Amino acid sequence: MTLLGHLALWLAFLVGLWGAVTGFVGGLQGRTDLQQSARHAVFAMFGALVLATICLEVAIFRHDFNVEYVAAYTSRNLPTFYLWSALYAGQKGSLLFWATVLSLFAALAQLLTSGRHRAYLPFVAGVTCVVATFFVMVMLFAANPFERLAFTPVDGRGLNPQLQNPGMVFHPPMLYLGYISITIPFAFAIAALLSKKLDVDWLVATRKWTLVSWLFLAVGLLLGMWWAYVELGWGGYWAWDPVENAALLPWLVMTAFLHSVMVQEKRGMLKKWNLALIIGAWLLSIFGTFITRSGVISSVHSFTQSGVGYFFLVFLVVAAVGSFTLYATRLPLLEAEAKLESMVSREASFLFNNLLFIGIAFSVLWGTLFPILSELVQGTKVTVGPPFFNQVNIPLGLALLALTGIGPLIAWRRASLPNLRRQFAVPVATGVFVLLILLVAGMRDVGALMAIGLGGFVTATVIQEFARGARARHRQYAEPLALAAVRLLARNRRRYGGYIVHIGIVLLFVAFAGMAFKTETQATLRPGESATLRSPYGHLYTFTHLGISQYDALNRHVTAALVEIRRDGKPAGRLKTEKRQHVDGLGRPTFEPSTEVGIQSGLREDVYVVLGGLVNGTEQAVYRFTINPLVWWVWFGGYVLVVGGLIVLWPGGGPPAVRRTQAGYAVKLEAQR
Amino acid sequence: MSVSRRGFLAVLAGSLGAAVQDSLAGSGPSGKVWDPSRAGRPMAPTTAGDTDAAIQAIEKQLKCTCGCGLDIYTCRTTDFTCTYSPELHKQVLALAADGKTAQEIIDAFVAQYGQQALMAPPKRGFNLAGYFVPSLAVLVAGVFLVRTLRRWTRAAAGEAAAAPPPAAAARDASPAELERLRRELERLSG
Repeated sequence: MTLLGHLALWLAFLVGLWGAVTGFVGGLQGRTDLQQSARHAVFAMFGALVLATICLEVAIFRHDFNVEYVAAYTSRNLPTFYLWSALYAGQKGSLLFWATVLSLFAALAQLLTSGRHRAYLPFVAGVTCVVATFFVMVMLFAANPFERLAFTPVDGRGLNPQLQNPGMVFHPPMLYLGYISITIPFAFAIAALLSKKLDVDWLVATRKWTLVSWLFLAVGLLLGMWWAYVELGWGGYWAWDPVENAALLPWLVMTAFLHSVMVQEKRGMLKKWNLALIIGAWLLSIFGTFITRSGVISSVHSFTQSGVGYFFLVFLVVAAVGSFTLYATRLPLLEAEAKLESMVSREASFLFNNLLFIGIAFSVLWGTLFPILSELVQGTKVTVGPPFFNQVNIPLGLALLALTGIGPLIAWRRASLPNLRRQFAVPVATGVFVLLILLVAGMRDVGALMAIGLGGFVTATVIQEFARGARARHRQYAEPLALAAVRLLARNRRRYGGYIVHIGIVLLFVAFAGMAFKTETQATLRPGESATLRSPYGHLYTFTHLGISQYDALNRHVTAALVEIRRDGKPAGRLKTEKRQHVDGLGRPTFEPSTEVGIQSGLREDVYVVLGGLVNGTEQAVYRFTINPLVWWVWFGGYVLVVGGLIVLWPGGGPPAVRRTQAGYAVKLEAQR
Repeated sequence: MSVSRRGFLAVLAGSLGAAVQDSLAGSGPSGKVWDPSRAGRPMAPTTAGDTDAAIQAIEKQLKCTCGCGLDIYTCRTTDFTCTYSPELHKQVLALAADGKTAQEIIDAFVAQYGQQALMAPPKRGFNLAGYFVPSLAVLVAGVFLVRTLRRWTRAAAGEAAAAPPPAAAARDASPAELERLRRELERLSG
């Protein structure tokens, strides 16, 4: 099977090269035979890569430990659930996963793009074939997943214990899907540049793709945060690690794009900016891949260092130079169709929103690369950790939160003073009211005060928008208010789904602010002994160590500690925290012992218990107890954000938009019922 | 004899509780666990220095050398598997016991491990660029954006002034009607 897989990779490589050449030549010369051939090449490449993936999965499930990748990332006793995830647990397998998913997206783009956007497709086929072929080339020449060993081990090394977590099964593919799917809007952008069809058509053709990318990246980031929280044991969910940052960068740029693209669709402005953003987002996705796989910056998440980093660096530089050179040659064709009429307008607020998104992205990129820069300039390697990122990004993040509320309140084109007064009165009063309540309650942390106060402001803007829209429907169609609100959402999913995303963002910010108040302690307890810890809400928690038990599970020896929790003297449940020693099929230890934390999650606070270890092999245990406020709201905010994104993405939403041209700019009128 | 589901669960919970109680050592010293080697690295009992807020504050400024990217305090208490951070913690405790101030302890670490021992670079020399370039960039971009927007709005105003007179229907509309039309268009365009 591995020979077949290897041959499938070569087939994908050759077909990909053919698809790239025929796509570009066919598109530029208008030759339909070549265009058709490029389209077929995309499908053939997808087929070949699916075959290669099946071959690797078969090797994994057959425990063919003669295959180096299978021996390195699986073992006989690895649960089936995690055998699936072994496909992308290592460098080589994840490259294959990436190429296969990209070829799937490329094929879907060919199949799903509507007839009126067909002019772009040959170029889209060319770009997607170039990118996918690059990944196949890396596998063939530097990281072959089908490489065989000179001997066959009795058992494999197994999967890293920290990857044996449901979050880690879904987090990487979600993030990959986000990274990979950016290639499609990028391909359409390059197609628009090459074909000189630079109106809004390419944006319309890729609207769903950009949302899909953004949503996958968001889900991937949230799942990564959840995994870090439940698995790593430090009680946090974001550490500004370079690999985390690399995943955040394209998401920030895509979010900026999703806002600014509305200005181009409604007013025919920001054409240059939007193209630059989508090219930048894609380059950042490749940059993230380079960071993760090159070992150029130390990170706990990185794959093993290997030579593939050089491939990615060269590809990144060539792609950046190529894309922006093409972009520069088309600048004269990208003039705006309308002029900005007022500084106080929705268009201007979106531009400031973009400034902050890109500002945050730049500061994250700057902080991530600063250690390398420092070494180059002053010969000294420095560490840029959370204190740096928090200092720079918290003020920018708060300003962005404020704009999240301000943007929707300002009218398109020009906002009048009475209009501003009417729009801002209730939200500003709400924000100030929330702030006063917090101050009276004794909160003094400036960051938290700002985050929660602004959260109140933004929430009020969203409620006000829903209330006004629902009241208008109620008056016009005599619908009950609740039904009117639902129909309002259903008829204009993009706008009101976007508002729900804003609510998700508010919840995330408020929850992040909660972490400023976490409390923790460390204690060594004999069975029956207790430690106490006061929560930020003033509750006194008592943790009683009940005892230690040891038992075997499928692929690990477990040492479990049981803790009884009392809150203000009343029983509040029990938590189990474990030390795990993973073993292979022969009972040999495979990795260093790992820790499983015990978490009791609540709306107000999480109780987080970590077993540090045992003293002299006795039942006397070392614990860390932490009370993390508002963490539940991070996950809930994430759900809300994703639900909002899905609403925006959902097809339909009323009759087709009627396009009108008035006074030199396009105004889209949504037919009202 | 019929037993309700709730009763059965109560009995089961009681039995489990009793089983847990049976495993307790009671008033005597704790016994050894079955296989201590399965429980990870043996730990020393927690000392006052381990939970000292001042020590934690120092350790939160110093990076662990294990490659995790975390500070010493977070690393040594994350899952208690790191072997580097406990040694670095001991070093901090020893320096504190020698009467060194927080800054002297941090300086000692920088002298031994270099600037990368710090979780954030010191604010001097080239490092200042690290701190201020992002804010400056946003500021400069903000000023540029405001100036560009002003230029655009002035150009739009100039074009509007030079434009031919509006059609008769629009000329006949009152300001109130025009404002109403604008609001309607705004509402419809979402």
